[in-house]
Amino acid sequence: MTTATLETPREAAAKQKVILCEGNEAAALAVALARPDMVAVYPITPQSSLVEHVAKLIADGKMDADIVDAEGEHSVLSVLQGGALAGARTYTATCGPGLAFMFEPYFRTSGMRLPIVMTIVTRDGITPQSVWGGHQDAMTVREVGWVQMYCETVQEVLDTTIMAFKVAEHHDVMLPVNICLDGNYLSYGASRVELPDQAEVDAFLGDKFVNWHVALDPQRPMAVDPLTGGSGGKGPSTFVRYRKGQCKGMQNALRVIEEVHEEWAQRFGRSFAPLVEEYRLDDAEFAIMTLGSMTGAAKDAIDEAREAGKKVGLIKIKTFSPFPVEALVRSLAKVRALGVVDRSVGFRWNCGPMFQETLGALYRLGRHVPAMSFIGGLAGADLTIPHFHRVIDATEALLQGGPVPTEPVWLNERD
Amino acid sequence: MDNCAVAQKMSPKDYKSDVKPIWCAGCGDFSVLSAITKALAALSLPPEQVAVVSGIGCSSRIPAYTSVYGFHGVHGRALPIATGLKIARPDLTVLVTGGDGDGFSIGGNHFLHACRRNVDMTYVVMDNQVYGMTKGQASPTTAPDWEGSKLTPEGAGINPFHPLVVALAAGANFIARCSSSDPNNVAQIIAEGIRHPGFSLIQVLSPCVTFRPEQKDWKRMVRTAVVDATDDPARAARRLMTDDGFNVGKVLYKGSREPFRPGAEACFQVDDLEAGFAVGQ
Ligand SMILES: Cc1ncc(C[n+]2csc(CCOP(=O)(O)OP(=O)(O)O)c2C)c(N)n1
Ligand code: SF4
Repeated sequence: MTTATLETPREAAAKQKVILCEGNEAAALAVALARPDMVAVYPITPQSSLVEHVAKLIADGKMDADIVDAEGEHSVLSVLQGGALAGARTYTATCGPGLAFMFEPYFRTSGMRLPIVMTIVTRDGITPQSVWGGHQDAMTVREVGWVQMYCETVQEVLDTTIMAFKVAEHHDVMLPVNICLDGNYLSYGASRVELPDQAEVDAFLGDKFVNWHVALDPQRPMAVDPLTGGSGGKGPSTFVRYRKGQCKGMQNALRVIEEVHEEWAQRFGRSFAPLVEEYRLDDAEFAIMTLGSMTGAAKDAIDEAREAGKKVGLIKIKTFSPFPVEALVRSLAKVRALGVVDRSVGFRWNCGPMFQETLGALYRLGRHVPAMSFIGGLAGADLTIPHFHRVIDATEALLQGGPVPTEPVWLNERD
Repeated sequence: MDNCAVAQKMSPKDYKSDVKPIWCAGCGDFSVLSAITKALAALSLPPEQVAVVSGIGCSSRIPAYTSVYGFHGVHGRALPIATGLKIARPDLTVLVTGGDGDGFSIGGNHFLHACRRNVDMTYVVMDNQVYGMTKGQASPTTAPDWEGSKLTPEGAGINPFHPLVVALAAGANFIARCSSSDPNNVAQIIAEGIRHPGFSLIQVLSPCVTFRPEQKDWKRMVRTAVVDATDDPARAARRLMTDDGFNVGKVLYKGSREPFRPGAEACFQVDDLEAGFAVGQ
């Protein structure tokens, strides 16, 4: 990437406005800056204020998009599929039960390679009833071919939302993208953010790359989504080609996400680890692993533990889908024991889903690293510095070489 | 209905749970809860013979506040859940409670099919023309020019849905409208709906005082409908053509369509099937 035509970060940064806002408002402001052509919405806690902010920006004339107030999430994503097939840049947000209801069109969006951008204001899965935060919703759909990036701070929500459009529409990717924004903590947590300048964002995003493979192309009227395999049409090889293409797009996304983050840092002077972030890891003997907004408290705990002489570091995953195996293996290579904290449950393996996926990366490492699963922050439960001290202490104990627990540790069981 | 023939005298409070409602003070749903318990008491239904099924919304919290069987279902799916329950346990009296959003927006499809399937159950919709629980967005029954929602600040701009018209067209067997400002009347109509076989729709105008404070005026705007129930769908349809939504307190339509009851016995025998397909020959 060349930086010759870019302003210096300092020049671009000088044009940014500093404001105080909640994560949901930051996401809405970012969406406005990305200038989608179409937004479809159905309200659900804790997403509602996000889409209400978008609606207000449109009503106030600060955003020029068609907005469809649909009759449910299944329709929301279906409306956007229609819009995307017509070449529109499209956006929505949902969470929890709304995402569950959306699943049918959600599944098909990545197969059709439609670059729809959607925020998941993460919420735990019901039953029992809960409207509180947790990663179960986004985790449940991690295997459906959407790119998923988790944010730690409100600023990261804003910046990642804009970057998401560039990743989705990149012609080597052409996949739908989720920005995962922690319900409650980030959705309603207010903080200082820098709001990029519209012209800078326009220059960064460029024109929408039209999804010509499925679009209203006047030169080539086409019926999208062919019958394959046993249903007639061109046979199973067509189906295999689609699936392989999706996998290729996902793998390309790893590179593109890095490039896009790099360009963002160049233009706007703010850099975020695109795939995997390391914190005090270089001289660490062991590490804990986090995802999303819990990382703030975890980093504080790491600092305290360091003061107490423990050689602990932190690995945070930002891009969960595609799973950043190579980057993670590089980080894992630095440690001798690992504790993974999940805000959701992997029912099949009796552990957290991020833990389970990390076991695959540890296999690639080719060296035995004892690892433990911790599950906390379900249904809005607080993950505080003392919780992370428990994680740090239990993980440190693994260095002694004793038996590795096979059960997860439930962090909020007595809270 | 056979399970109405119970001798024991019941009182409305026998149908209340000890969970205290968390609705806003003045919410119309309080009266509807009280009307449901009065109707059940009037019919002296044993609590274990009654099930209340709901979706999600402020109004959908009703099952938790009653002492009968209750299920707080999925947003929009109360009717299919209730259908399954009633078919599996035809002896239960099944009530479905919820809001206009739950029933006509995200669950609109099921409303059509519940009317046409005509399973014996009573659907009480607390219509406040808003999604109360998610803080005041327009619902399908909201006027197109209502600008009070942050999601549609210039009005939803689409024609409202008329639940009674749709119910009649889709084949509901009992159709009524009442107002939460008259809980005794609501109780009476719910009892009548429960007694009437087939699918009964009862739309209750139930103000959301928080997000539609102007609905506090509804109690002055409603009037008792001047007609009595007809069993002629064409007459009912003609009445609806001049209806402004505030005629309450009476049953509009009582049909005589047989409720849908899937055969209690299997409609085929495995032996017959095997013979028919010549399995094992
Ligand atoms: C699948 C799904 N989408 C969205 C929601 C969020 N939600 C909960 S209740 C509700 C609307 C409730 O409105 P209504 O049925 O009219 O009931 P009221 O609260 O007004 O009584 C919505 C949109 C949800 N729970 N599930
Ligand atoms: S928000 Fe409206 S519908 Fe919900 S409890 Fe309050 S008054 Fe009732």
